[in-house]
Amino acid sequence: MSTDTEPLDLSRDGNDVGTLGDTVARYVFFACAFVTVATTLAIIVVLVDGAVDFFSQVSFVEYFTGTNWSPRAADNPSFGVLPLIWGTLLITVGSALIAIPVGTLTAIYLSEYASPRVRKVVKPTLEILAGIPTIVYGFFALSFITPVLQTFFPGTGTFNAASGAIVVGIMILPMVSSLAEDAMSSVPDSLRNAAYGLGATKFEVSTNVVLPASLSGILAAYILAISRAIGETMAVTLAAGALPQITTNPLEEIQTMTAYMVEIGTGDASVGSIGYQSLFAIGLTLFVMTFLMNVFSMWVRSRYREEYQ
Amino acid sequence: MTANGGGPRTVSTSESSRSGSEFESDRSVSDEAPLGGPDASETILESRDLDVFYGDEQALQSISMEIPEQQVTALIGPSGCGKSTFLRSINRMNDLIDVARVEGDLRFHGKNVYDEDVDPVALRRKIGMVFQKPNPFPKSIFENVAYGLRVQGKDDGDVEGKVRTALERAALLDEVEDQLDSSGLDLSGGQQQRLCIARAIAPDPEVILMDEPASALDPVATSKIEDLVEELAEEYTVVIVTHNMQQAARISDKTAVFLTGGRLVEFDNTNKIFENPENERVEDYITGKFG
Ligand SMILES: Nc1ncnc2c1ncn2[C@@H]1O[C@H](COP(=O)(O)OP(=O)(O)OP(=O)(O)O)[C@@H](O)[C@H]1O
Ligand SMILES: [Mg+2]
Repeated sequence: MSTDTEPLDLSRDGNDVGTLGDTVARYVFFACAFVTVATTLAIIVVLVDGAVDFFSQVSFVEYFTGTNWSPRAADNPSFGVLPLIWGTLLITVGSALIAIPVGTLTAIYLSEYASPRVRKVVKPTLEILAGIPTIVYGFFALSFITPVLQTFFPGTGTFNAASGAIVVGIMILPMVSSLAEDAMSSVPDSLRNAAYGLGATKFEVSTNVVLPASLSGILAAYILAISRAIGETMAVTLAAGALPQITTNPLEEIQTMTAYMVEIGTGDASVGSIGYQSLFAIGLTLFVMTFLMNVFSMWVRSRYREEYQ
Repeated sequence: MTANGGGPRTVSTSESSRSGSEFESDRSVSDEAPLGGPDASETILESRDLDVFYGDEQALQSISMEIPEQQVTALIGPSGCGKSTFLRSINRMNDLIDVARVEGDLRFHGKNVYDEDVDPVALRRKIGMVFQKPNPFPKSIFENVAYGLRVQGKDDGDVEGKVRTALERAALLDEVEDQLDSSGLDLSGGQQQRLCIARAIAPDPEVILMDEPASALDPVATSKIEDLVEELAEEYTVVIVTHNMQQAARISDKTAVFLTGGRLVEFDNTNKIFENPENERVEDYITGKFG
């Protein structure tokens, strides 16, 4: 190969096409990563900047403890965020109560009971369900879920929290079942065989071998789904309405933080007005809530990491 | 090695089984004797013209043999000849493989385990299994061993005592006595495999199936497992798959030689197989001329 007169060349110059390609690729990748990070930072800066303006006029105490949200009252506007948080909480808890049990059972069925043929059909179907635009779900709630609720509970309003919670529950169900199923099917068969070999039934294998071994993935699925429910906007705006109030009756109209932002963002608040600035305060509050949920999800994942090889 | 290894064992055939239909045993032994040799002690497992298919592929061809009670029976043969398949067909672990299909009889105490009225869950409570790769649950050492007791409803009495006895029989108690609450996954490979053996014997099965239990272990750990197997045979019937000729010769009473195509070509006392096999191909295989 290389002779005495032509020593082996391993210097950079000897191979500059590859080096150039490497350099270009590195800058392209870096640019992409930079844009992502910069966008995120820009969003945070904008949110914080607007929120600072807002909180120069409204005290933290009023915002976080007030129970009356009427930002556009002409004479005496009030900025207690609790009704909006309450609305979001109703939707989130209600949808979780639907999606977590149903989603977990679906995941167990798909991972442990379903034949490969059934799984091959059902799983992609679930994932398609997750891709339907959320406005469609909202329309479905208005035109189907609410009328059904009204037949059973005649006093139900056109807009109500229950309808919103149910539709968001249906919306996040595929996420719970799909992610939980991923976690369960990553449990190695050797563990299942060990249990079957000891005379465990399928139910016992599912509940006391597969579930505990995939716990962290399942919990992470719950948390991600819940943070999706917190941030869900279009469906709840359509289904649950725009009346900020703290009510324990899920058949009444409420307003979530996101629905308020839609209302103001698409409405008449002029730039610089206090109503406009409140968008940033609410936006920041939402951001912090979902951010904390995601951090929590990461913590759960590492804390309860599956230990099997 | 074990303090209470030798005593007579009470076989509890009527032990409560939570899943309903109890495995039936009517201890009748067949009068015809397939491969097996004249001096076999009482037969506990008998296969009759057993065929196993994976889809269209036939993995076992008409296997007939009698496995004696409380002895070590080794299954040897080249890779892919169906040893694991045969082992799994004894406790119906093949049921868990979608494409697997079994024809013929596999009798346990004379009862065909493939009869309609046999519940594989109840069967597996009497026939324990140890796998090639140690597979402890991601639970504590204690809970690993207690698991079989719990699913079999044998966890009402002295669970701790049963767990310790099983660990002691598996020659592991001394090493883990102070850490019963730590994860079974923190043990070394050899310790994990002994943990799996303890787990298999804790609910007191009659038969223990082992599929190359030492193949993932170093020589020291391997020799511990081998000692253990010999001791287990004082109380249990052991059927063990191994790739290691010396191991088969050392620890087994009977040896079955499978050859490619899923056929059982020779089954006899281990001494006979290793010193004076009938079949020429068996001799070639054992002396390493092929396989
Ligand atoms: N789950 C399965 N699905 C389809 N075919 C299988 C399956 N398990 C085994 N087989 C086939 O059955 C035949 C026997 O396999 P088996 O695992 O019983 O052999 P073995 O003697 O245990 O081999 P080894 O010594 O390599 O473990 C092989 O041809 C194998 O490809
Ligand atoms: Mg094998």
